[in-house]
Amino acid sequence: MPKDNSIKSVLIIGSGPIIIGQACEFDYSGTQAARSLREEGVKVILINSNPATIMTDPMMADRVYLLPLTVESIEQILQENQIDAVLPTMGGQTALNLCKEADEQGIWEKYNCRMIGVDVAAIDTAEDREKFRQLMVKIGIAVAPSHVANSFLEGKEFAQKIGFPLVIRPSFTLGGTGGGFVHTKDDLDAALERGLKASPIHEVLVEKAVLGWKEYELELLRDKNDNVVIICTVENLDPMGVHTGDSITVAPAMTLSDTAFQDMRNKAMLMMRSLGNFQGGCNVQFAMNPETEELIAVEINPRVSRSSALASKATGYPIAKIAAKLAIGYSLDELKNQITKTTSAYFEPALDYVIVKIPRWNFDKFKGANDTLGLQMKSVGEVMAIGRSFNEALQKACVSLENDAIGLGYYGKSMMKSEEIVEYIKTPKWDRIFRIKDALMQGSTVKSIAQATGIDRWFLYQIQKLCVIEKEIAHHRLETLPDDLLKDAKKNGFSDAQIAKVLQGNCSDDEVFEKRKKLGITRVYKMVDTCSAEFEAKTPYFYSTFEN
Amino acid sequence: MPTTSRDAILLLEDGNVFYGKAFGKIGTTAGEICFNTGMTGYQEVFTDPSYTGQVLIMNNVHIGNYGVKITDVESDSIKIKALISRNLENNFSRFLADDSLDNFLLKNHITAIDNVDTRALVSHIRAKGAMNCIVSSEILDVDQLKTLLSQCPNMDGLELASTVSTEKEYELGDPKSQLKVSVLDFGVKKNILNCLVERGVHVRVHPAKTPLARLKEFNPNGYFISNGPGDPASMPYAIETVKGILSENKPLFGICLGHQLLALANGIPTYKMHHGHRGLNHPVKNLLTGICEITTQNHGFGVDAKAVLNNENIEVTHINLNDESIEGIRLKDKPAFSVQYHPEATPGPHDSRYLFDDFLKLMQN
Repeated sequence: MPKDNSIKSVLIIGSGPIIIGQACEFDYSGTQAARSLREEGVKVILINSNPATIMTDPMMADRVYLLPLTVESIEQILQENQIDAVLPTMGGQTALNLCKEADEQGIWEKYNCRMIGVDVAAIDTAEDREKFRQLMVKIGIAVAPSHVANSFLEGKEFAQKIGFPLVIRPSFTLGGTGGGFVHTKDDLDAALERGLKASPIHEVLVEKAVLGWKEYELELLRDKNDNVVIICTVENLDPMGVHTGDSITVAPAMTLSDTAFQDMRNKAMLMMRSLGNFQGGCNVQFAMNPETEELIAVEINPRVSRSSALASKATGYPIAKIAAKLAIGYSLDELKNQITKTTSAYFEPALDYVIVKIPRWNFDKFKGANDTLGLQMKSVGEVMAIGRSFNEALQKACVSLENDAIGLGYYGKSMMKSEEIVEYIKTPKWDRIFRIKDALMQGSTVKSIAQATGIDRWFLYQIQKLCVIEKEIAHHRLETLPDDLLKDAKKNGFSDAQIAKVLQGNCSDDEVFEKRKKLGITRVYKMVDTCSAEFEAKTPYFYSTFEN
Repeated sequence: MPTTSRDAILLLEDGNVFYGKAFGKIGTTAGEICFNTGMTGYQEVFTDPSYTGQVLIMNNVHIGNYGVKITDVESDSIKIKALISRNLENNFSRFLADDSLDNFLLKNHITAIDNVDTRALVSHIRAKGAMNCIVSSEILDVDQLKTLLSQCPNMDGLELASTVSTEKEYELGDPKSQLKVSVLDFGVKKNILNCLVERGVHVRVHPAKTPLARLKEFNPNGYFISNGPGDPASMPYAIETVKGILSENKPLFGICLGHQLLALANGIPTYKMHHGHRGLNHPVKNLLTGICEITTQNHGFGVDAKAVLNNENIEVTHINLNDESIEGIRLKDKPAFSVQYHPEATPGPHDSRYLFDDFLKLMQN
């Protein structure tokens, strides 16, 4: 059964102003969705209060409304247009909240407009921490011990029962606004007050903090026949305690065995299927105890998200585009893989490269701001790099940060001794990845850094490899640099400027480039094809790397 | 680091050479080259008996990250002949792991080649098809390797199942169980047997060339025909056994090689595929329910789709959504069914485990 022909026009709700915690990723998904629906002959009407977006370009939709994201605006649009359905899953939490508000006022019903891609009960369950917890208990999936509090006193009482460390999470907020970790009684009062105030329904969740557990995200797609696929698995390098938006993340997951991954996959699918009956994208987050591999469900988002935008770019699978088609009635097996054009859209992408995302902070523009990372997202953007190894992707991402970093080396001045650094990195801050490398350069052990940060040792072993290469390079001048070492450095993502800086004597990046060019150590271009080269791909999307 | 390690070489039957670094045992090994696109479960893949005789490329770029764990295996030793990868990792981080990948390969005397441009290699195999190859970390002379490679047998027509089958019968599960299954072992994966035992089945596993009379002595409620390596068409003894089982009119379930043997027993030919299906993400549609499943696959031979469609006694139950190849069949006049993919998964998604329940229901009816 192909698409639902009763849907001839669709309203897409945008995400409004770009703020910390909700940036241009929703412009990306909204744009994809608009294109995808128009491809099917569906009329697209779009509302967004932010004119500085691609989606509000006149050619993106049949009609664009630059109006405040309010119920009044929605009603105006519905009066002026015959709209069959509203797709609220492309504009983040802002769009979902607006859609829900309009639903409560009976607006959709009044104008005979269906909600597609989600249902209100699903939004409620996903966003209301207590409902989410109850659902998880019902389907037998573990969650961190928690209680919902609607008053200060209630919060205090629960906090005493659960014990520190705690996390205070306000309900229905964006990017973790108003939430925070609490380690002492003194912090608790302030955190409760702030959290209750931040929540539009004056509600917080007092929850046991699983600090130090590993954090994973899965991006899922589901169609009307209940077919579910996992598009991407993302591993957070920073363990639980740092907001995903502020974490360095890696795809595919690097440190998961198949047993652990299948457990996660089964649970994510069960969660999505239990959440209600909707077709489209969904994001599920888990925390995993690294010693026992026990899983705790952290949250589920029944919409495309920041992570699904990243997952789309990471895998080549256009999640928002397909999600829009699923919302108007297609099933996954009826659609084609948009990259190969010959194989099915019902499949799970296989990657033969590594993606690293590093958030970009602007603390230098916010003098006096607290630069400790936690529940509330503080980054203003992010970079993504692709490499044929974790190290290559990591260093390429560092170069792309457009700050003073030259690869993973030489960022900021660290005068600290290794013991001081190990102490310093216990608190997650924007420069932690650079300081970890400093500590390893100075001889700190992987074990001590893993203990201080909770970062999985595998990542630290990789960074240690970079240190070994850097130290070897430092023994040489350009003329004496061995060919194999140069090749190895390039494969590990060292830029020419970085190599020039590490080498003895004065040499420029151009000279390094000339030397490697003569040796034939030059870039090759590989394709992001969703399938690890198993099938021929028709859509060109390339990254550069170094091979033998 | 590779800068200090020794060189290794991969020579393909068509003369192409790929260079890399030595890993695992220092040695020389030849076999048929194939690739697996799975991003988890390398240990289960390496120990899967269906990979016997094959040199395996892992497309995923880091292999070894989570070490090895004694229980994450499909048989008691590594079955691939050699391993080809981009980045093989010595250092692992999994708390539950027992050892490193390097030690695991060394203990199993497996030669590996690291630091290979696996993407270029896979693209080549995808275009040119499966072929023999030789990996060496001791002989770097291409001419010498060519001579050695020419002695490697061709997979087409090769019977390998009897070499990995159990030598002696053994039983698993509750001996008091009401449900008994005779398993014909052509290299059965441990987790297939687990999937039966977990459902309360008492199984007796028989060597590949066990005659029907002996299989019947267990007085089973059903028969299971296992996965395994090699060319199914070169196993007339097994085809005969399956024909015999069918005449018993008792439930029969076949997986992978077992599926191909069920087809052959019904006069449907099998063929050698261009480069096979190996991975954890193959899309299959169940035509009986309309529901799709993501499946684990590992096969280099397939059943002839035309012959299946022309056979009036056979119903196609599952198809591959990528290439529409036949993924599952059942007989119309007998309680027998089979799938080309691996419902036990390990590694891979658990979407298809319902097939074991279907087999149980068939036996209980």
